[in-house]
Amino acid sequence: MSHNAKISRLWVGHDALQGTSLVQSSLASLWSPINGFLEWFGELGIFVWQVMRATVRRPFEGRELIRQLDEVGSKSLPMVAMAGAAIGAVLALESRHSLIRFGAKAMLPAAIVFAIIHETGPVVTGLVVSGRVGAGIGAELGSMKVTEQIDAIEASGVNPYKLLAFTRIAACVLMLPLLTLAADFAGVMTGWIATALAEPISFQKFLHAGFAGASFSDFLAPTFRTTVFGLIIGVIACFQGMRSQGGTEGVGRSATSSVVLSSLFVMLADVILTKLILVFFP
Amino acid sequence: MMNSNQSATLQVAGSGANHAPENTERNGAGPAMVLRGLHKTFEAQVVLNGVDLTVGSGETLAVLGRSGTGKSVLLKLIVGLQKPDSGSILIHGQEITNSNLEAVNEIRKTIGFLFQNAALYDSLTVEENVAFPLRRHTKMSASERADRVKELLAGVGMENELNKMPTELSGGMQKRVGLARALALEPGILLLDEPTAGLDPITSREIDELILKLQEERDVASIVVTHDLHSAKTIADRIVLLHEGNAVIEGTFEELERSDDKFVAEFFKRDS
Ligand SMILES: Nc1ncnc2c1ncn2[C@@H]1O[C@H](COP(=O)(O)OP(=O)(O)O)[C@@H](O)[C@H]1O
Ligand SMILES: [Mg+2]
Repeated sequence: MSHNAKISRLWVGHDALQGTSLVQSSLASLWSPINGFLEWFGELGIFVWQVMRATVRRPFEGRELIRQLDEVGSKSLPMVAMAGAAIGAVLALESRHSLIRFGAKAMLPAAIVFAIIHETGPVVTGLVVSGRVGAGIGAELGSMKVTEQIDAIEASGVNPYKLLAFTRIAACVLMLPLLTLAADFAGVMTGWIATALAEPISFQKFLHAGFAGASFSDFLAPTFRTTVFGLIIGVIACFQGMRSQGGTEGVGRSATSSVVLSSLFVMLADVILTKLILVFFP
Repeated sequence: MMNSNQSATLQVAGSGANHAPENTERNGAGPAMVLRGLHKTFEAQVVLNGVDLTVGSGETLAVLGRSGTGKSVLLKLIVGLQKPDSGSILIHGQEITNSNLEAVNEIRKTIGFLFQNAALYDSLTVEENVAFPLRRHTKMSASERADRVKELLAGVGMENELNKMPTELSGGMQKRVGLARALALEPGILLLDEPTAGLDPITSREIDELILKLQEERDVASIVVTHDLHSAKTIADRIVLLHEGNAVIEGTFEELERSDDKFVAEFFKRDS
């Protein structure tokens, strides 16, 4: 009997022990990513501060900025235009079906144009550039970091936060609205082609119907919110690249994390900005 | 504490740190570099544990030591690429550990730095690499710059590779381009991290002669990290041996060679 009691006490004790360790370990496993995220965020804040501080001082790095504008623009334009074109065609095919069912076929051009310009054009551009430019910058700056090229820039008395980071971030911010316009244009074109193939309509008529009742400000806010996407992509890709460490493997990690994180934050920003735009430009 | 005792006992009689101040007063100015009590730790790893060094203008100090003893870290501390945990670094009398970025950048322009792996900008050609400091910090015209770049590259025997990309060069060639880039702004201080590693004996000797020439003509003060005893003997006024975070012994090549300290003898064995 006492033997039994001892055993049961042991069991209870064991259970309790396991219970606390389970709580502890689950707390720890919850805490460490939170902790890691907070740390990452703190470092990101310091990085942004350093870039801002560098930016207000001369020289302006115009040469490098122009090089980066070209780089971001020409690298992404084909992909952005193709993605925009695909979306335009799909929208035309899909909406045609449902609008006919609701007897609102005349609304088709407007539905396509609005969907593209308000939402799909900007967000698709943001995601394509996240992938193309985010990976490019992450890998480029990452390899410069691990081969000490960034140290070499610093040692020669040049500020790498300005020469490398500021120029790339600014290029992303400036190019994103332009690339969005390209995506929008390609989407409207293929939207018209897909519509016209089903039921002939001239481009002029399509545009007229598509932009009927729309004002300039309808396009301004959605297009310019992509500057925020550009800021997110540029900042995150430069940050991930410049903190790269651990040789070639580290460069790969920087490129991947640049893409993942910037896509994630672009989608998050899209939701928030859409809500804000609806509030301020009803 | 033990380490500082050790360094005292290892000091070669009549030489070493006490030697330095005489050399430094060579042209009336103070010493080019004074390092005092430098400590540097990475996480739990103590890399530098109270290093003291003085380099006079026109003086060349060779730093020897096994791989991983913190020689490269020491050079990076001097240009402010890394911050010491404690200690002071005076460059021409100016403390850099607590200076603001603008002041540090001004000092950096007077220092030529050769990285252990050259660290050439791999998106720029050889010519553009050497032109980079000139483009950034001088008002030279394009043609003046081109002439200067050619002259610098000729000094290291690389004048025929102007338009090559760094990845098309061997390690030794990259080193030489890195050296030309470090010399571009006619720095008063040179920090060279293994300048002759990976070079053939002939080129090594040419690099040594180049360093000697700079020392004579322009009173350049240098710290040269090297594993090449022959080179150390040729170029260095003084040699310091770094071991377990301390500058354990300091003296001329001959003094160190004669030393009967076990570790020092071990280090010089291969050559004798
Ligand atoms: N950025 C860094 N982070 C962590 N450890 C470092 C860093 N830089 C150097 N170390 C460590 O410091 C020690 C000295 O490195 P280093 O100065 O490169 O040696 P060496 O004398 O061969 O040039 C090494 O053990 C290295 O691992
Ligand atoms: Mg080294």
